[in-house]
Amino acid sequence: MFRNQYDNDASTWSPQGRLHQVEYAMEAVKQGSAVVGLRSNTHAVLVALKRSPGKLASYQQKLYRVDDHIGVAISGLTSDARVLSNFMRSEAMRSKMLYDRPLPLFRLSSALVAKAQANIQEYGRRPYGVGLLYIGHDETGPHVYEFSPSANTFEYFAMAIGSRSQSARTYLERTFDAFSDAALDDLIKHGLRALRDTLQQDKQLDTLNCSVAYVGKDQAYTMVEGEDLRPFLDALDSDHSGNAAPSSSSQGPAPMETEA
Amino acid sequence: MASIKLKLPQAAQNAQEPITHSDGPIVTGTSVLGIKYKDGIMVAADCLASYGSLARFRDVNRLQAFGERTIIGASGDIGDFQYVQDELEKLMIKDFCLADGHELATPHVYSYLHRLLYSRRSEMKPLWNSYVVGGVHSSSSQRFLGYVDLLGTTYQSSTIATGFGAHLAQPLLRKAVEGREDTLTEEEAVKILDDCMRVLFYRDARSLNRIRRAKVTKDGMEVTDPYSLETEWAFAEHIVGYGA
Repeated sequence: MFRNQYDNDASTWSPQGRLHQVEYAMEAVKQGSAVVGLRSNTHAVLVALKRSPGKLASYQQKLYRVDDHIGVAISGLTSDARVLSNFMRSEAMRSKMLYDRPLPLFRLSSALVAKAQANIQEYGRRPYGVGLLYIGHDETGPHVYEFSPSANTFEYFAMAIGSRSQSARTYLERTFDAFSDAALDDLIKHGLRALRDTLQQDKQLDTLNCSVAYVGKDQAYTMVEGEDLRPFLDALDSDHSGNAAPSSSSQGPAPMETEA
Repeated sequence: MASIKLKLPQAAQNAQEPITHSDGPIVTGTSVLGIKYKDGIMVAADCLASYGSLARFRDVNRLQAFGERTIIGASGDIGDFQYVQDELEKLMIKDFCLADGHELATPHVYSYLHRLLYSRRSEMKPLWNSYVVGGVHSSSSQRFLGYVDLLGTTYQSSTIATGFGAHLAQPLLRKAVEGREDTLTEEEAVKILDDCMRVLFYRDARSLNRIRRAKVTKDGMEVTDPYSLETEWAFAEHIVGYGA
């Protein structure tokens, strides 16, 4: 018979006051590769670890541009992320069209939450199986937000989600005091260090498995990938303040990530 | 058989006359004038709502504030203007209730009004108005003065005049204001608008010499009570040849 009779759909309570399907959906976020978001008083940065299913395959995209002033990083079910990022893009376009105004980040959060909440409150539906970290800059400055399948959003100074992201959060909690006045380059460096802390022992960040994006005042959302990442990664290698795998100047192909 | 016979004539009866209630304005307001000056934006409109050629309502307010630093002046159908006032008020309340530190500034209200008017004209149910939208940004102190009409046509300029004013007052406003937007004092701006409203009262048969004037500056907004313009009619006796 059923091991758990309270997890057959997302809108049934367990006697302990839990919604099991929603909690399972939050587990899906932890299966995705890690992403880190952080901000200073002027800029916000996303850093993501990309995965490839095998040596013959390309790496799965982790960062999406929503508008000139908003970008999102995903962790979890990519197909659900596609639905949500398309929704974010259409909300941003609506704001531009109707009010001639870049969509304020808080309003994007409200719209996302309203959409996700319907999924876990109505019978026969399921929660989104993806977590988002999105950054942006609006009239009230730079922002980092997390969206979770439980239809919650939170604003952060810095946050990491995805597999082994606890190590990144530990790094961020230890160092976030320095973020507010940090220059963009330093902010990116902090993001990469946090991301590096999530790697398994024999892995390292390289130009293939890494994505960086930033946005700020008078600075449109910009993504850095591939060879353009080299300067940032070199700067990371030349310092040893992180506690991750020993850095090396050799940039050979990274061993494949095998974790699901 | 009977039912078929009934249906055919019924369908013929349903072929309606064209809808005509959106063909034109009913109760109308005439020109609205707006200019930029040193401290911000100034707009003026008279207090008359005409019913055809009848001066039907003589204490109507055609200047409406939205938020702290946006003013809208309407000419054209007064009923459509009242509908637009309701729509914009709803928008402002919705925005206020979000309480997230973002307020709708003048360009945003202007854009919304533009989209509203354009969507209605695309439905062939135009809101029969021309609007002057003016304001000053709360932090940057940037001035905004824009025009939008029932077709969804927009433009921004340092002088704007709607209705008859577009023909009679606009040339005068341009001569007085263009190139001097950053130096015109409040007193000069008041005089320019009063003089133009006076010309309009002399020449526009749907106008009134009782007017309201509003200014928006970085410190906020002031709308005057209605006041009357001094006019001079002594010359009228010498005018001949118009059937009088």
